[in-house]
Amino acid sequence: MSPSPWTGRARVDDRVILRVGAKILIPFILIFALYVQFHGDYGPGGGFQAGVIFAAAFVLYALVFGLGNAIKVLPPKAAYFCGAFGVLLFVGVGYASMALGGEFLNYSVLAHDPTHGQHYGIIGVELGVLITVFGVMVALFYAFAGRRRLDR
Amino acid sequence: MIALGLFNYWAVIVLMMVGFYTLIARGNLVKKLIGLNIFQTSVILMYVSFGKVEGGTAPILIEAAEHGAEAAEPILYSNPIPHVLMLTAIVVGVATLALGLSLVVRIKEAFGTVEEDEIQSASL
Amino acid sequence: MISPTEVVDIVLLILLAVTGVAVIRTRNLFAAVMLAGIYSLVSAGLFVVMDAVDVAFTEAAVGAGISTVLMLGTLALVGYQEHEPRHTPLLPLFVVVLTGGILVYGTTDMPPFGHPENPAHQHVAPHYLEESEHEVGHIPNVVTSVLASYRGYDTMGETAVVFTAMVGVLLLLSRGPLPRRVHHNGRWITVRPGTTREELEARMLAESGDEPEPVDGEGARG
Repeated sequence: MSPSPWTGRARVDDRVILRVGAKILIPFILIFALYVQFHGDYGPGGGFQAGVIFAAAFVLYALVFGLGNAIKVLPPKAAYFCGAFGVLLFVGVGYASMALGGEFLNYSVLAHDPTHGQHYGIIGVELGVLITVFGVMVALFYAFAGRRRLDR
Repeated sequence: MIALGLFNYWAVIVLMMVGFYTLIARGNLVKKLIGLNIFQTSVILMYVSFGKVEGGTAPILIEAAEHGAEAAEPILYSNPIPHVLMLTAIVVGVATLALGLSLVVRIKEAFGTVEEDEIQSASL
Repeated sequence: MISPTEVVDIVLLILLAVTGVAVIRTRNLFAAVMLAGIYSLVSAGLFVVMDAVDVAFTEAAVGAGISTVLMLGTLALVGYQEHEPRHTPLLPLFVVVLTGGILVYGTTDMPPFGHPENPAHQHVAPHYLEESEHEVGHIPNVVTSVLASYRGYDTMGETAVVFTAMVGVLLLLSRGPLPRRVHHNGRWITVRPGTTREELEARMLAESGDEPEPVDGEGARG
């Protein structure tokens, strides 16, 4: 079934290596992004790196399976929502600390003792950063890749 | 790396000037943005090299209990503040790059070209 | 003697310089974007040599990942070839050499490289390194504790900047290329996006036989 270059017809089987490879890799990329996010406290990592790696999985999916399929998986509106929601989450953590009696972004008041409060605050804040960076990177990719070309 | 001394800074200044030259001497807008990217990365390299401490290690706290008998000797860490500032700088740099590239796409659609001198002669 | 770290440092810096010069000289923009990706990766290696592991991670992910993807996406829309430079490079070269000379003169005033008693390592940095365990809790990565807790405002601003970049790009690119309408000789002509100025004037000349009106700015939107 392998197509010969001389027949001139492109078959779907051409890309079987790419498709299978991407199918195997994408879940691992997503899990690695979550690993980087949650181990940012203990080693290099954190919200920004994790958000970019998370978005890279979706970019790989769009490159291998086509932009139309990627848009079915993650509509652009969902990406825009994620971009906005992360900032809201970040500022929301700050407002929660104000509601509990402390100053803006003073995480110590978020739990029964300051150390746990700081930990919860940092987790929430890094989650906000992850969601925003993921949404923005995917939105940027969609904006550039989905632009109609001026074929002259 | 003490032996290198100022050579480190001079090498990074050379890299900065390479990026700066690409930015001002080339007419293609995408090439200018690539030069700007190189300039930004070199500036970040400069700041990070300010934070390097000779004999230090990455600013990730090592449990003192692991050292046992050598707990008396303090561990030297590199300065974490330039790292934090440069993390922000990298992300802001990619945000600026994305905006610049989208402007280039719109310029291409409006003028038909991304060469600086052709754009200037088209709009005069 | 020169330690292995210094050898790695020198080799990586030379590699960066060679890549940078190659970016200047190549005229194929695809190659230039790839070289910029290589530049980002090699500088990520250099960041590790300088003990900046978080910065290296971010530079590798963002610089060699997202930046390259966005630039390649732009090249697909814009074109791969760069035209010959038309001006002599003397003035830019002079400006660059002058700026480099001033910066090198400035570095002679700097404290010795890597000394623990440098002014940059006083005041706030030892406080963060020593007190992070007590004030923020059990978070070994000091960069994360500084980024998220001590300097939380900066990180909030940075997240807002990333969001603003998305808003800006969407403002510019969310609608497809629109056809313009230009008023000429009492009629409105629809101009396909991407038509250059010469083509437009030639078309106006051919259609009406009169002198083409100057096309300035945007016509009415279609």
